[in-house]
Amino acid sequence: MAQIFAYILHKNGVIDDTARELLAVARKIDASATPTALVLGAGSELASACAAAAGAYAQVWKVDNAALAYPNAEVVRKALVKLVPAGSIVLMAHEHFGMDLAPGLAIRMDAAFVSDLVDIEDLDGGLLKAVRQEFGGAVHSHVTVDLSTGAVITARPGSFQAKEEAAAGGQVADKSGAVEDLAGRRDFIEVVAAEVGDVDITKSEVLVSCGRGFEEQDNLAIAFELAKAMGADVSCSRPIVDAKWLEKARQVGTSGQTVKPKVYMACGISGSFQHMGGIKGNPFIVAINKNPKAPIFQVADVGIVADVLEFIPELTEKIKEGA
Amino acid sequence: MDILVCVKRVPDTSENEIELNRAGNDINRDDLVYSVNEWDNYAVEEALRIVENAGGSVTVVTVGDEEAEEVLRREMAMGADKGLLLCDEAFEGSDGMGLARILKAAVEKGKYDLILTGAQADDGAGQVGGMLAAMLDLPFASLVNLIEVGEGKLKVGREIEGGNQEMNAISLPCVLSIQTGINEPRYVGIRGIRKVASVEIPRLGAGDLGLDAGKVGAAAAKVKRLDYFVPEMGAGAEILEGSTDEIIAKLLELLKAKGGLK
Ligand SMILES: Cc1cc2nc3c(=O)[nH]c(=O)nc-3n(C[C@H](O)[C@H](O)[C@H](O)COP(=O)(O)OP(=O)(O)OC[C@H]3O[C@@H](n4cnc5c(N)ncnc54)[C@H](O)[C@@H]3O)c2cc1C
Repeated sequence: MAQIFAYILHKNGVIDDTARELLAVARKIDASATPTALVLGAGSELASACAAAAGAYAQVWKVDNAALAYPNAEVVRKALVKLVPAGSIVLMAHEHFGMDLAPGLAIRMDAAFVSDLVDIEDLDGGLLKAVRQEFGGAVHSHVTVDLSTGAVITARPGSFQAKEEAAAGGQVADKSGAVEDLAGRRDFIEVVAAEVGDVDITKSEVLVSCGRGFEEQDNLAIAFELAKAMGADVSCSRPIVDAKWLEKARQVGTSGQTVKPKVYMACGISGSFQHMGGIKGNPFIVAINKNPKAPIFQVADVGIVADVLEFIPELTEKIKEGA
Repeated sequence: MDILVCVKRVPDTSENEIELNRAGNDINRDDLVYSVNEWDNYAVEEALRIVENAGGSVTVVTVGDEEAEEVLRREMAMGADKGLLLCDEAFEGSDGMGLARILKAAVEKGKYDLILTGAQADDGAGQVGGMLAAMLDLPFASLVNLIEVGEGKLKVGREIEGGNQEMNAISLPCVLSIQTGINEPRYVGIRGIRKVASVEIPRLGAGDLGLDAGKVGAAAAKVKRLDYFVPEMGAGAEILEGSTDEIIAKLLELLKAKGGLK
């Protein structure tokens, strides 16, 4: 069995939740695997991240280099190509950094590439059978991945359950010498923080959230009326922001805000993982969608199969009557 | 600046409910409405804007069958100067790597300063841009939501978590994958489509591209899709039923109990 590596995301010395999830991915590929954590960075933050990774992984490879102080995928890829032996399996999380790094890494390693796995079924004669989703989660698919020349595999955050395990007490090996010149053709400049909007939806207790099902900008008025009647705030999915109908600060999801309301009303939203990834704290989720098969109904507590444009005004009316 | 934009024809999920076919081995493709992948449309718009400011040309390319020509025409109606259809039976069943290999051969037949792809398409893999860049040995940035043209390089913004933006300087030539929302793609009317209806779109096969047919297509694929399925899910949501009044009454009761009404 090829050696398995897990690329560890970390920030300010703290490792990401996906670090332990990747351990679960490795175990699903090979129950007896002892995967190695790859922790790249610089200075004292890196040292803390390595210590945390060693709590989960028996082996940690540390690479300390000033060029890695900010994780620039072009630079990290260069380092990994020098570091990881041919034929290995490299696991990482399917989020913005993994999307930046992983496909090119597979080419450089001459390895297979498969992204955004949500489950792994079995490994049979070097062929990994796994599960993905397509069409925004409307259908699943089984894929096989030929691991014979190694593989780069990205896993969907939150899809693989990290097990509570005893501290691994891992060994940290310093591999900094293996990578030297990392200068690339893409230089990191800075991170520009998100703009602050009129409302801070991260503080809202009740959210009326609008998706592409609203069809037209003018129709959003009914969501604001409902929110007013409920004492809620209005948030939205990404297409509403892409269309410039609402400001970015109202977007819920992995590339928007993380919200923790008590009640979340998902109206005309299909329930993509990037959207649901921004909803934390296990709120009571009400989904209103005209398609009874919409994936949102799998994750909502209560569902209403209806046209939002018809249902929402009636709901608002009834709330006003009751008030 | 001469720009190549890679585009894909995909089922339009806003027009269709994607469902399994009877046999359960594919999605139901009867009556599917197809369109250009949402992300690619933003990429073409961005290319057009760059060329409008800095001069140059926009070529759109796709790997697909004859029907894929319609998306090239649509993007040419938006303003792209040229279309290229990469079409060969040998390409069928290619995985992401195979597609990137085909596109690489097409890139090498031309001379481009900038190559754009959508950040992802219908299969959500998000792989072709990054692979293409590595195969061409060009720098790459994904999920790009801002481009500023500089001398021999670009300033690009990448969308990262929490609505934050990561700014980078990247040297040209390079490959970028474009995220939705980077711009507002222009509207394409019937008239625009008509204007390009008879423009000749060159078709290139494996031979024209100097591609070894054994290196692309199903036989070369390391990743293969076996089927589509809809998993048996847990209980899922409790679906409220009855008349609208009954549904609302039940919903209000639940909302009150959960603190959803103030
Ligand atoms: C890197 C990356 C990051 C992303 N980050 C985010 C993010 O932070 N947040 C986010 O939301 N998305 C994000 N996305 C996009 C995400 O993948 C989905 O495309 C998006 O969430 C879909 O939004 P939606 O549910 O509103 O639209 P759709 O998926 O188009 O769903 C619309 C729904 O409305 C229903 N509908 C249509 N008309 C009506 C009607 N009249 N009445 C009732 N229902 C109706 C349909 O049945 C459908 O279920 C990201 C994507 C990528 C690649």
